[in-house]
Amino acid sequence: MGRTSETRLSFMRLKGLIWKETKQIVRDPSSIGIAFFLPVALLLIFGYGVSLDAEHVPIGIVIEQPGPEANDFAAGFRDSDFFDPVFYESVQDAEKDLIERKIMGLVWTRSDFARTLLSGTTAPIGVIVNGVDANQARIVEGYITGVWIKWLSSYALSHGKPLSLPVNIKHRIWFNSAVRSRNFLVPGLVAVIMTLIGGMLTSMVVAREWERGTMEALLVTPVRIREIILSKVIPYFILGMGGMLLSVYISIVVFDVPFRGSYLALGFASALFMLTAIALGLIISTAAGNQFVAGQIAIVITFLPAFMLSGFVFDINSMPVPIQVITYTVSARYFVSILQTLFLAGDIWPIYLVNCLWLAIMAFIFFLIIKKKSHKRLI
Amino acid sequence: MFRRILALTIKEFIGMLKNKKSRMVLILPPIAQIIVFGYAATFDLRDVPVAIYNEDQGDISRDVIARFEGSRAFRIIDNLDSDDEIAPVINLQKALVVLHFHREFSKNMLSGRPGELQVILDGRNSNTALIALNYVQTIIADFNRQWAADHSMPSAPARLVVRSWFNRMLDSHWFIIPGIVALLTIVVTLEVTALSVAKEREAGTFDQLLVTPMTPFEILVGKSLPGMIIGLIEGTFIIFVTCFWFDIPLRGSLLVLYSGLFTFLLSAIGIGLMISSISLTQQQGLMGAFMFLVPSVVLSGFATPIANMPKFVQDLTLLNPMRYILVIVRSVFLQGAGFELLWTQYIPMAVIGIVSLAVAAMLFKRRLY
Amino acid sequence: MDQAQSWQDDFCIEVSGLTKTFGSDDKIITALDNCSFKVKSGMVTGLIGPDGAGKTTFMRLCAGLLVPDEGEIKVLGMDAVRDFLKVQSNIRYMPQRFGLYEDLTVQENLDLYSDLLGIPKERRQERYEILMRMTGLAPFKQRLAGRLSGGMKQKLGLACTLIKPPRLLILDEPTVGVDPVSRRELWEIVYSQVEEEGMSVLLSTAYLDEAERCQEVILMHEGHTLGQGVPSEFSQKLDGHCFMLDPGSIPKRSLQRELANRDEVIDCIILGEKIRLVTIDTLDSSQVKQIFQLPDEVEVAHAPPRFEDAFIWLLKERLISLGRDVKLKVITHKKISDLPDEDIIVVKNLKRRFGNFYAVNGISFTVKRGEVFGLLGANGAGKTTTFRMLCGLLPASEGELYVAGENLRKARAKARERIGYMAQKFSLYVDLTVIQNLNFFSSAYGLYGKKQRERVEWALDAFDLRQEANTLSRDLPLGFKQRLALAAALMHEPDILFLDEPTSGVDPLARRQFWAHINSLADAGVTIMVTTHFMEEAEYCDRIVIMKRGKILAEGTPEELKKKYHPPGVDNPTMEDTFITLIEMKET
Repeated sequence: MGRTSETRLSFMRLKGLIWKETKQIVRDPSSIGIAFFLPVALLLIFGYGVSLDAEHVPIGIVIEQPGPEANDFAAGFRDSDFFDPVFYESVQDAEKDLIERKIMGLVWTRSDFARTLLSGTTAPIGVIVNGVDANQARIVEGYITGVWIKWLSSYALSHGKPLSLPVNIKHRIWFNSAVRSRNFLVPGLVAVIMTLIGGMLTSMVVAREWERGTMEALLVTPVRIREIILSKVIPYFILGMGGMLLSVYISIVVFDVPFRGSYLALGFASALFMLTAIALGLIISTAAGNQFVAGQIAIVITFLPAFMLSGFVFDINSMPVPIQVITYTVSARYFVSILQTLFLAGDIWPIYLVNCLWLAIMAFIFFLIIKKKSHKRLI
Repeated sequence: MFRRILALTIKEFIGMLKNKKSRMVLILPPIAQIIVFGYAATFDLRDVPVAIYNEDQGDISRDVIARFEGSRAFRIIDNLDSDDEIAPVINLQKALVVLHFHREFSKNMLSGRPGELQVILDGRNSNTALIALNYVQTIIADFNRQWAADHSMPSAPARLVVRSWFNRMLDSHWFIIPGIVALLTIVVTLEVTALSVAKEREAGTFDQLLVTPMTPFEILVGKSLPGMIIGLIEGTFIIFVTCFWFDIPLRGSLLVLYSGLFTFLLSAIGIGLMISSISLTQQQGLMGAFMFLVPSVVLSGFATPIANMPKFVQDLTLLNPMRYILVIVRSVFLQGAGFELLWTQYIPMAVIGIVSLAVAAMLFKRRLY
Repeated sequence: MDQAQSWQDDFCIEVSGLTKTFGSDDKIITALDNCSFKVKSGMVTGLIGPDGAGKTTFMRLCAGLLVPDEGEIKVLGMDAVRDFLKVQSNIRYMPQRFGLYEDLTVQENLDLYSDLLGIPKERRQERYEILMRMTGLAPFKQRLAGRLSGGMKQKLGLACTLIKPPRLLILDEPTVGVDPVSRRELWEIVYSQVEEEGMSVLLSTAYLDEAERCQEVILMHEGHTLGQGVPSEFSQKLDGHCFMLDPGSIPKRSLQRELANRDEVIDCIILGEKIRLVTIDTLDSSQVKQIFQLPDEVEVAHAPPRFEDAFIWLLKERLISLGRDVKLKVITHKKISDLPDEDIIVVKNLKRRFGNFYAVNGISFTVKRGEVFGLLGANGAGKTTTFRMLCGLLPASEGELYVAGENLRKARAKARERIGYMAQKFSLYVDLTVIQNLNFFSSAYGLYGKKQRERVEWALDAFDLRQEANTLSRDLPLGFKQRLALAAALMHEPDILFLDEPTSGVDPLARRQFWAHINSLADAGVTIMVTTHFMEEAEYCDRIVIMKRGKILAEGTPEELKKKYHPPGVDNPTMEDTFITLIEMKET
């Protein structure tokens, strides 16, 4: 009998398997498509589609009695990039358009606006926002407040008494002073999309081998289960990293997101994250047994949690505690944090390392599960 | 003919509900999703971690801080002692907001000059930062008004009197949750329809169906009805949860709402069957459904407004039935809108529905081979 | 290798008390029930039995892929449960569906297995050449495995397992879906390995005629072993029990039906124009005539026993001991007696093109009312395409096509009301129960009310489905599925019945029952059109055509064809001999 090499990895077998996997990838346009076409398409769709920055918001300006003061105030809206003002003479017309969703809000100066101003009492300026989209309404309200404050100070200045507020806020928004939502959404999207890609790429491959009966034939050879797992992980890892590279490139070049960290750190974190995504895919694949179920599960358990619970758009701290607890099991959460930090803030090691550690722990646990779940037996 | 359609519809239902797994697919995701979305998907902030760097030697800053302490939106996590501590606390995401009271804060205010408050925000999620800033501004504005009144300072020449219609508290749940009605019904309908033909093709039963005297039209209708019925049932379930669990007001009429849902389902079924008749396997059907679903959710205005998208993307959304139903659902719920306001939303959906059903029927006939 | 040859032991597999069950609490299926036997080394052992016999489970257990509930398995002297890694390194196993990577080329598949088996690079070339020569795959080295024909795939699968000749080779139904020519080549390869390498081979098959090619067989049925031994020993026991009856002018189907259900009879089938009879007792011709009260014009002659006879005998004995009914049932169908000689299917110069490729290239034939008409051919001959065109599932590219008097190119829907169709694999709704399937298909054919209820009742009775009426059709045994599919196709009492490989995989008794139904339909005047891989089934047909590469090679009654194309030196050719002769003759 030959040597008792039952437990040793064989380089020749591993190489043969990886080579086989690689050829299958090259010949199956769908995996190339999933790795490269899908992230690009999704990133473009999301990148262009998901923006929280309101610009050119249609807003109704009602001036019941035109005059220099009211006109001055209205000019503030005309000059702002945020607004596309529409002028009305009566508030009823404006309200009608508001109801019909033609304008997002309206600003209304009464006929006695100038007179009240001159009399020294406070002139009310009516503001009505359409609250259906609460977030948008709040942003619009903030913009209107901005225009109002700007007008107040220039009005005060032109009347020789500089505006004095009891507490004067000066704010600075770090890392993203222009407040472009794309700057944080796009890195977050990279994480969400790569979760999906990693899961989809691998969730199908093991299931496919079972479905076509090739796994059965493979098992009854001297091959070791670790070799099979490695041969699945390595090629798809490389493929996934390729997709990642492409996504990062698009983020920086197409969407102009600044990158302030180091590429080495990005590479390392991406690698860790890719491992968790692929491992999750393999778990799904092993559990599902056929490609169809695997694909379905992959979408449900990778994409939706990554989208909703990774903190990429909805703030985790503001969620109810039970849901916050669930977010700890979503690997995208850690990667979103790493990416947003690396892109916008730079290498902030404590954050980076803690999140990497979490990713490493998750990857480790996933691979343990795979190890336990896969054996050279059918059941 | 009706008997044959009915027989097919009944058969589809039995096939769908008999199997434990597929029953689960129809029941579990809506419940899970409405809970997760309902609670997780909100733009309103709670417990924003705030660090205070108070250099002020007077007492007024403490009054201001007290207002922050009293707010549910903020949670003070740290008091800083030097400038150098600001960067780490933000960088490490310990605090989202740092309030920096100037050394002369109280002194200035007492002498009638503005007290300076510097607000530093972590812009890594700039939307959260903006909302937090908005909250800070609201608290300060309140404080200012109070201060001006107490110290008989001259008030500002004009002030904003803000009212928000339809959602007085600007609660973003009111926006997101009615949207889920649309989201979940389209997911379920697509799941039911997009795989239905492909599944039969794979199992070989489609041939068996085609050798019967049933016409493609009858098959099409028989395949559409289950999607419609399930969509309406699940839609009703979610509307129910929205009203009675999340307490969101339903101000309009159910007739307007359900006409919208019906037209929407028609278009969703049309698209689902179109995907189904192109796909040869269930897997292709699934991929097709996914490929349609993702962009149509993202580009629907479900979470982010269509108005913020670039022009060409906005034009693209005109083809997306979800865009219209979202307007209908939200307007009916919050605004109490009727047909006279919404008829422009029904027409595009009906057109999409009819065209896609016709295309599906055509593909269907062609793909008979 | 030297070691392998010097390794001498009498048995390559030894099992005792082997039991394996599947399923959860609500539904437990016993795949193997307390099996004990030994498989001899250095020869080809066949595992014979219908679907659900437990063949695949047994092979997977031997390959260490499954763990038994109870019992022991020793493979090559190793414990297949404890030392499964060692076992897997020392045997080769080819699962039912080749186990090939269809998106790799022939060469790449071989390379992969060489890597997996640790063959040094310098030794490979020589081995590849031997294998390529053996399998005839040399010209296709660069072709993707997925593009090979079914037969070639199996040969490649076999080649991959033989890269490093194992001591034990396990092949799970290597010949399923393979045409007779490729089948014969596969057997040649297997035997050459046994002789040259001293290999032991365990293979399973549902084709009973293949059993005779094995050196030893193990017969299985529903998880039990029915017997083990040399195939000829089994059939020898029935020497003097087998007869060939020439019915003369007596209708062969009714005679066969009458004889088949007699207690004295083990088996009775139609073979072309004749009837083959196997009796329980040893008889001579005159005794047969006497016992069965055959008219004088019926000629009775002795026939050599076949392995299948023995299998049927064992099977029937077992079923009777289990208290099951083995009598063939007959069904009633409305008599279609008008114009018996009408041509009900007319095909003229029919062509079907896919891209540049003609799957069917100008075929013509006619089928008369009440005929059982067979369509035969190797894989890829165009049978299925022809069939689909006849059912109106696929439009013809060229040619004329009349079914039941309707021009199929114009009035497809109208013709559909008069045909019944039973697809290749079971294709009713598996999520529906038996009765729900029947209800659905009867509605789909436009039945309703009283008429519908009547037909459903008829189907439940005629096809013996009443007990299973509320069973999900997914959970039915294969034989029941077949009957259900046939019932569904007959709900609307069609004039023509299309059967696409109706009996593949079912046990021979179920197949006989199935053909009993078909025969009674044919008696009632229903036209039957059937495709099949089983050459024996071809003999049940009144007339057959044999197709190859989209054209018709030959047409006629089974007798005519057997007389016309038989291999030199064979007096009593089987249909399979004829088929191979014909295909090879046209090749050269």
